[in-house]
Parts: sequence; structure tokens; C-alpha cells
Amino acid sequence: MSANTTNILIVGVGGQGTLLASRVLAQAAMDLGHDVKVSEIHGMAQRGGSVVSQVRYGPQVFSPIIKMGEADVIMAFEKLEAARYLSYLRKDGLIVINTESIDPLPVMSGADVYPENLEQKIAAVVPNTVIMDASGIAEECGNIKAANIVMVGRVGKALQMSKDSLAQAIKTLVPSKAIDINLRALDAGWDFMD
Amino acid sequence: MKKLMIGNQAIARGAYEAGVTVAAAYPGTPSTEIVDGFSKFEGVYAEWSPNEKVALEVGFGASLGGARTLVTMKHVGVNVAADPLYTMSYTGVTGGVVLVSADDPGMHSSQNEQDNRGYGKFAKLLVIEPSDSQEALDFTREAFDLSEEFDSPVMLRVTTRLCHSQSLVEEGVKQDVPLKEYKKNEAKYVMLPGFARLRHIEVEKRMDRLRDYVETSPLNRVEWGDRSIGIITSGIPYQYIKEVLPEASVLKLATVNPLPEKLIRDFAAKVEKLYVIEELEPVIEEQLKAWGLDVTGKDLLPIIGEYSPELLEQVLVGRTAEPPYTLEGSIPGRPPLLCPGCPHRAVFHILNKKKLTVAGDIGCYTLGALKPLGAMDSTLCMGASIGTAMGMEKARGIEGSRKTVAVIGDSTFIHSGITPLIDVVYNQGNTTVIILDNSTTAMTGHQDHPGTGVTIQKAEAPKLDLEAMVKAIGIRRVTAVDPINIKELEKVIMEELAFEGPSVIIAVRPCALIDSNKYPPLVVEKDKCKACKACIKIGCTGMYWVEEEKLAYINPDLCIGCGLCVEICKFDAVVERAVM
Ligand SMILES: Cc1ncc(C[n+]2csc(CCOP(=O)(O)OP(=O)(O)O)c2C)c(N)n1
Repeated sequence: MSANTTNILIVGVGGQGTLLASRVLAQAAMDLGHDVKVSEIHGMAQRGGSVVSQVRYGPQVFSPIIKMGEADVIMAFEKLEAARYLSYLRKDGLIVINTESIDPLPVMSGADVYPENLEQKIAAVVPNTVIMDASGIAEECGNIKAANIVMVGRVGKALQMSKDSLAQAIKTLVPSKAIDINLRALDAGWDFMD
Repeated sequence: MKKLMIGNQAIARGAYEAGVTVAAAYPGTPSTEIVDGFSKFEGVYAEWSPNEKVALEVGFGASLGGARTLVTMKHVGVNVAADPLYTMSYTGVTGGVVLVSADDPGMHSSQNEQDNRGYGKFAKLLVIEPSDSQEALDFTREAFDLSEEFDSPVMLRVTTRLCHSQSLVEEGVKQDVPLKEYKKNEAKYVMLPGFARLRHIEVEKRMDRLRDYVETSPLNRVEWGDRSIGIITSGIPYQYIKEVLPEASVLKLATVNPLPEKLIRDFAAKVEKLYVIEELEPVIEEQLKAWGLDVTGKDLLPIIGEYSPELLEQVLVGRTAEPPYTLEGSIPGRPPLLCPGCPHRAVFHILNKKKLTVAGDIGCYTLGALKPLGAMDSTLCMGASIGTAMGMEKARGIEGSRKTVAVIGDSTFIHSGITPLIDVVYNQGNTTVIILDNSTTAMTGHQDHPGTGVTIQKAEAPKLDLEAMVKAIGIRRVTAVDPINIKELEKVIMEELAFEGPSVIIAVRPCALIDSNKYPPLVVEKDKCKACKACIKIGCTGMYWVEEEKLAYINPDLCIGCGLCVEICKFDAVVERAVM
């Protein structure tokens, strides 16, 4: 794929706010004058299933989906999902992992086990790994659900996006009563020390 | 200024700009956001119809009445609407009609993978396929003009990846299209055989005119590049080709039915090797082969599933993506599941416990088929559960029917469950039907329906009384229960199964995601828990098991306090947090 396209893969569990995160990043990228495409998943998978949304921006973007091995950044809202989509990360790409773990059905029912120390295992193979308790940070900002925006802050900074553009996108995309919490979450993610 | 829009929003905008004033749809992923979005424009009428057939008939009437009309549905919805569709091709239109068919290659959220371009061929319609949100807007607008010019409904065929991908869109100016005058014209609109025979001649004439039109349609485009490879493609696969083979010559088709023969032959003659890249069925490829063209397509690429850039790269370039980083060991799957507090869980818990045969239907509750609930034996299409249970009884006799129930959601029952229930009454079946009334169309994102008493525009509407309607059909035994009260639910199910004759049980409790009643989260009292795991076996994501402690726990962030585990626990170990 074109070298000057930036590819962000956002993975998590249905209900964790992957859609909002992708829309905020996309809006901010658009404000910087890029061509942008976003692929979202609606419907069945949202019911607690594994979900992925994808943001691509650059001078001209064709495909809305990212090829395996070509994501510049993976934002994982959940550890198991980080592991599941690891094959999408490009060489020297950045993976940001929220330390939250949510047991999938096969684990809850005892048919399978949740692999231990996933984030360390990933960090051992991917040099550019950031592990953060985004859910905990979001809780401090006022709502655990803002973990997605904490992650957006960390990734937006890594990609040298404009923090003002991200804040602006949050103001247009988030219901008015949740704006303050989400802006705090953006700051907390932006200032996060690995 | 450009805006980011998903394909569906762009279609809604395109229809609005084209002066559409009436839109009708039944929800269905990936089409739902189109009419939902359209309903928010000023000065338009939009409705959730009870099913797709009704939606298209409302569309027919609105067109006859002179308005430009948008009708949308998912691919299988077109099966339901196929009857009016085939004959609307004969009557043609007064106000332009665009039918959006949203196909789902890869079955992200569907029960089959049918390719609705086939409808275009058989119903003799112009079918147009966009490749991004801008085209979705522009082509929708254009489709209304074409519909009126060719006196025919036009099908806009889109796929999940277009519907749910955002890209930049430049909005246009809204056209004001005056309502067309109504003129009675029975020869055109009353399809008696004598009139229909004449209309069929018009249909064939129209196809000739359409075949001419597509040759020079500005919607199709040739992008010349390296002539050693020529690709004919349309829709989303076009975007993948531009990534994977940026140098190739491409004939990008928007008009996928009828196909422009001269344009295609001309393109084919100027390239060395010709490929057709299309998801699902070889619709374009077969036509090219019928014309005697030498073309490669499905011999290399699958008929099954959604395409991706890496798949096309592997097949066309011979390069296999090697992931730079991998982990050892397997990763547990994460299938979708019923939400914590979902009222459907209680019903499937009882059906599982009683080891009943369950004729299922389509909705969130189809997830009741998955372990640990595993209480569903069949799911075919919307509304099929009741006829299925009736047919099983007719095959296996009344003993079988004493162990069989049909399970159907409220929206699905209104969509297409009423006529099979009439069959049960009329042909004297013993079927026991459980209507799962969660006051919404949950699966597709909580749309209202005739049973919720609210319209698409959130206005109040007469609320369909399911109980009264079922009685009016002739079902004498109708019982409403709150499914969380599982003892009562079990008792009612067993009574109705034993009863000789048809009966309906309505399990009434709002979907946990829209329930305005707020219950406090629950907690397990450690010293009372006997580690029997009964609560774990209901598969609620709000509960988890800690093996080291041999204890069940409740996640307070997820638990919505529905109380099903309270009912399940024989040791009264689950209590309200406040009690602790
Ligand atoms: C013909 C057809 N139209 C639409 C759909 C999409 N769809 C699947 S289930 C469903 C309705 C579900 O609502 P309901 O029966 O109330 O069950 P719930 O999801 O609320 O449990 C819809 C619209 C479909 N599968 N088939």
C-alpha cells in the first residue's frame, strides 16, 4: 500500500466504543487536509463479539480496509483482541494495549482458557509496545467508558496529530454532557508516560 | 466543505438532494442507517414498514401518487419484496423509485450470502453499484432521474463494506421536484393479463434502451494504464484493485445490469489479459463468457465470502502477506452473545433445561442457539419458526409437538409471523409459540415497530396489541409472562405444551439496552455460594467464575440487576448489593 498512507486498526469488544474512537481519529485527520477512509462494523458482531474498525488517511486512499502486516498502529481496547489482530501490525509499527481483559464465552464456560500475560508476550516480540491502564485512567477522568478516548490521546500524539483537532472532533461527536469527561480523557492519554 | 459519511448516510443524502419526499424500509444490516438517516431531514415522510414487501408497496403507491420514493432493505429483504418488485418492473413508475439492496458478502450479519445483482437480471432492472460514499450520493441522485427517464424502478446495489465505510463527500444542492400529476392509467398500473402482456413488450423495449444507455453512461469509466492486464470490476473491489494493481488498466462499471457490451468488447480487445473481479456470483463473468470473451475470474477467486486487498494481492500478484509479528499458541474465539440482563436468556435457559425442540427465528435471540444455552434446532428466515413447528408436527404427530416450541421476536412476528399462526389455527395444529416481546427490533440497533407505539420519527403511534391480535386470529390460549420469573415461565410452557391445541406465550420484558427501569447490580454472598455453578451455566457475561476461590463473582460494571441469577440460585446466594 502507498507508503504515505497512515493505517490505524482499532480492535476491541462490542460495546467498548471502537466506533467513536475511529470517528474521532478520522475527523481529526480530515481536518488536517487528508483523504480519509474508515471501515466500521455494525450489527450482529456488536453484541459482545470481537470488533474492529479501521482508519486510513493520506493524500489519496482507496481501500477502506488495511492489509495484513500494514497497520502503522494497532489500538487494542482489550488484550485478547490485541493478540488476535497482531498480524496486522507492520514492521516497527506501534501497538497500544489497554490492560483490560474481558473473558469471551469459551473462557467463561470453561471450554478454553484466557492466555496469561498477553501484554508482556506481545511486548516481547513487538519493540514498539505501549501498555496502559486506559480503563483505570478513564475512571479517574470520570467514566470508565472514556477509555477509548484515553487511547485516542496516546495514539494521536504518537502520530503527531493535532490535539486541537481531536478535541474539536470530540466536541462534535460526543453527546454534550459527556464532552468534559472525554476532553479530560484525551488530555490524560496525550500526557501518558509509558 | 467535504464531510465524512458512511455509504448509507450518503445514500440518504443523495435521495434527499434528488427531491425524494417518501421513504419506506424495514431494518436490516447493512441497510438500516439509510432510511433512519433520511427520516431526520426536514419536510420528508419516512416510515419503518412492518416488512419489506409492505415497504416496496408503499413505495409503489407513493410513486403512483407522483412522489420520488426511496425504499431500502438488506439483501434477503428483497426476497420478501420480490413479488411486488417483479411486477413493478412492468408497471414502471410515475415518481422515480430507487430500491436499495444492501448485500452482505462475508455474512457479517446475515443468514446467507445471496448476490442480488441476479434480481436485476431477472426482474429486468437497471442496477447501479457505487464504490465509495461520494458515488453513493451521486449515483443515488442520478438513479432517480434514470428511474423516471426509463420508467422503471432502479436498483442501487451496495455491500456491507460500502454501507459501513466512511469516506469524504461533497454535498450537493437539494433539488425541488414537484409532485407529478396523478392520472388514472389502468393499462399501465392494473396488471391484468391483458394489460400485463402489453407491458411486457414495454419492458423489453426498455431493456433495449437501457442497453444503449449503459454504453455511454457517464457512470462507467475506463482508466487506462498498463495494457498487459485489464481488469473489469465494480463496487468495493475496485478500491482493492487500485491498491493492489495501481498500474493496471481498469474498466470500472457502475451499471452492472444490463452490461455495456460494446464498451466491454472494446476494452477487452485493447488489453492482453482480461480479468473480472467481482465478489460473490460470477454475474459479469458469465455474461462475458456468453459473449465469447476470454476472461479469468472465478477460476482464480472464490465465489464464497468477502474479498480483501490481501486476497487479491495473493491471487493477482502472487505475493502473500507475511505478518511481521506473531504469537505462539491459540487465541480463544469471541463470538457475539446475549447481553448481560437480556430477557431472552431466561427463555432459552428453560428451553434448554426442558430439552425441548426449538423452531427458531431471526433476531438477537438466535444467539440462544450457541452454548451454553444451545436451545435452538432450526433458523431459516424471518417468520419461519411457526411454519417450521407446524410442519414438524404434521410430519411427526402430536407427541412431537408436545416437545416442540416455536420462538419468535416481536418485530419478526409482526414482519411475517402472523400468517403462519393463522395457518396453525386454520389447519388445527397444536403448536406452542413463544413471542419474545422486548419492545424493540434489537438486532439491527433498536428500531421501533408497530408494537412499540412509536414511529421512526419518534412520534407517538397506535400501539399494536399483540395479545388482542393473537386472540383475534383464533388462538384461545394466550398467556403473558415476565421471563425473568422463570418458575412461572417454566410452568406456563409445560402447561401449554401439554394442552391439545395451539397456544401463544408472550414473554414480555424490554431489551436490557433500552429498559428504563434501573435495577441495582447484584453480588454473590461468599459464604452462601455452594460452587454449584448453576448461575455460570446461563452464560451471562456479567458473571464469572474464579477457580482458585471456587466462587462465582458478578462484575458490577456489567450487571444490570435483572435478577435471573437470583432466580437460578438454589442457595439464595445472589443478593442486591445494598443488602450486603
Ligand atoms: C427479510 C429480513 N429482513 C430483515 C432482516 C434483518 N433482521 C434480522 S432479525 C431482525 C429483527 C429482530 O427483531 P426481533 O424479532 O424483535 O428480535 P430482537 O432482535 O429484538 O431480539 C431483523 C430486522 C432479516 N434477517 N431478514
